[in-house]
Amino acid sequence: MASVSFQNVTKTFGNFSAVSDISFLIGDGEFVCLLGPSGCGKTTSLRMIAGLETPTSGKIMIGDTDVTNLHPKDRQISMVFQDYALYPHMNLADNIAYPLKVRGESVEKRHARAKEVADVLKIGDLLQRLPSQISGGQQQRTSLARALVYPSRVYLFDEPLSNLDAKLRLEARGFLNHLQRDMGMTAVYVTHDQAEAMALATRIAVMDRGRIVQFAPPVEIYRRPATTFVANFVGNPPMNLVPVEAAIEGDALQLRAHGLIVRDIGLSQGVRAAITKSPRLTLGVRPEHLTLGGMENANSISGKLFANENMGPESLVTFERQDGGRVTARIFTDDHVDAADMVSVTFSAHHAHLFDADGLRIPLDGERAL
Amino acid sequence: MKLTFPQYLSRIGFSALAALLGALFALPLIWFLFAPFNTRAELGLQLPEEWSLQNFMTVFGNAFAMRGLLNSLIQSVGGVILVGIAATLAAYALSRSSIPGKGAVTYVLLLFSSVVSGSAAMVPIFLIISSVGLIDTHIAVILVFAGGLLPTAMFILRDFIDGIPKTYEESAMVAGASPVQAFFDVALPVIRPGIVVVVVWAFVNIWGSFLIPFILLRSDDLMPSSVAIYSFYSEAGTPIVTLLAAYSLIYSLPVIVLYLFVSWKFGFRFFGGIKA
Repeated sequence: MASVSFQNVTKTFGNFSAVSDISFLIGDGEFVCLLGPSGCGKTTSLRMIAGLETPTSGKIMIGDTDVTNLHPKDRQISMVFQDYALYPHMNLADNIAYPLKVRGESVEKRHARAKEVADVLKIGDLLQRLPSQISGGQQQRTSLARALVYPSRVYLFDEPLSNLDAKLRLEARGFLNHLQRDMGMTAVYVTHDQAEAMALATRIAVMDRGRIVQFAPPVEIYRRPATTFVANFVGNPPMNLVPVEAAIEGDALQLRAHGLIVRDIGLSQGVRAAITKSPRLTLGVRPEHLTLGGMENANSISGKLFANENMGPESLVTFERQDGGRVTARIFTDDHVDAADMVSVTFSAHHAHLFDADGLRIPLDGERAL
Repeated sequence: MKLTFPQYLSRIGFSALAALLGALFALPLIWFLFAPFNTRAELGLQLPEEWSLQNFMTVFGNAFAMRGLLNSLIQSVGGVILVGIAATLAAYALSRSSIPGKGAVTYVLLLFSSVVSGSAAMVPIFLIISSVGLIDTHIAVILVFAGGLLPTAMFILRDFIDGIPKTYEESAMVAGASPVQAFFDVALPVIRPGIVVVVVWAFVNIWGSFLIPFILLRSDDLMPSSVAIYSFYSEAGTPIVTLLAAYSLIYSLPVIVLYLFVSWKFGFRFFGGIKA
């Protein structure tokens, strides 16, 4: 296992810059997810670690080795591809053992090792089959087995679960989590699925338009999103963002928006500074922190019912404020929620997030340490 | 389902027309199956009164014609090997590398290919081969065919390789293979069905071609079957139908055998990518 570091790495394709001047360090044994929408540069970053793309500028290190211009075969890494890239003319045993074959292992040795790994992944009795003769989930495990068959310094995953159906994906995700705990491998995992990133990562790098917006443990990404982009990307459904007009009256903070009543959100130094720059702030509250009805004198948002979806253990109640902005509340109840035509939800101040006019998070006073 | 009378009528009409067309196409083939075994075959279709191998005996006695079959084989196999290897390597490079303007290169080559193997280029080709000193050699025929077929072969193969995900080779290289290893271990087996198609196509082309060997060759003992077949014409230019039929049947066998072999061994199908 080894660490991975990017030092001012930039990658451009023609006029399009896929990755712009990013630097980070992935520690030995860390499981880092690169999370972001398509085109944010996450896959390009991964491919640069693998050596399948060469940075336009900057430096990439694996452990103490400068690998910036090293051929993939000399990097001692494994990669699981989105389409699995199983060789259609080889049976599973040969597919899994291929990395050992190119390393010059004998047939007996590599087949024995392939069997060993395949047994762990519960595909041991399929070794004589061709990839086209097994199911999608088994193909996924075969490609995983091929990555695990020899000791690598870094394990790379390029959306390995996105071709699986929902149930298999959960199962595979759990297995990957177990594997990480078991092996303590250094892994870089690309995904656009925030739930996958939250479940697997020790740290998440949220990327947008070729840059890293926030690089932090999942809890911090969830509790303290650095920007409105992160807030909007992480969480299911994502955080409600309400544009507000902020003002300071006496020593109290006033936030004005249609249907919003704010009573006890504290006025921090950060908020004061942000308001002097521009009073147009954004208030963020996660759907799971909104309560239907609730106490008087609490902060509240209200609007006209838009949708009421019963998901089983919870209901998603969406309503529309007067200016058309929608707010979704996640109500945890086994029963169907009887929402009236007008919906009003409340939230407590410590669940409120404030972002300045540039979309950056404003730290609140008395924020608990994570 | 109940058909109305006009529908009924139009169906009968259509079937009758289709049957007539089918018969028109089948007649020459049926003739081709019967005539070689008939010592008194004429251009009309008729069942042999007496099945006989006499025609074949006479044909086997014609050394020039027999030598022609061997020559055809030498030229076709030689050309196919050259086209197969060169087209595979070139198409792979054109598909996978990031040379600017590689698309234009392929299309220009394709455009020229029809010129090179066409009769319009016969004089320049003759002059070139003559000045290189290759007139009247197998090599000359093989080279000209390879030059003529290569662009189209490259075009077909490039298209085929473009459809194969790059991740095959990428995963091989990440697993520790050099680009050459990745090509031979992974890419080549996956594109093999495409190569087979090109090989069969090239073989059939060379096997059946008359003009190029006719112009480039002098000696009787180098002429391929497509030229040697004229030894079954009388001095006056009328075909000796019996012998011609027998020789034609022998001449077409290798192509049929090749098709059967390829479809048995490779099945003319593509692996393609694996979908989840």
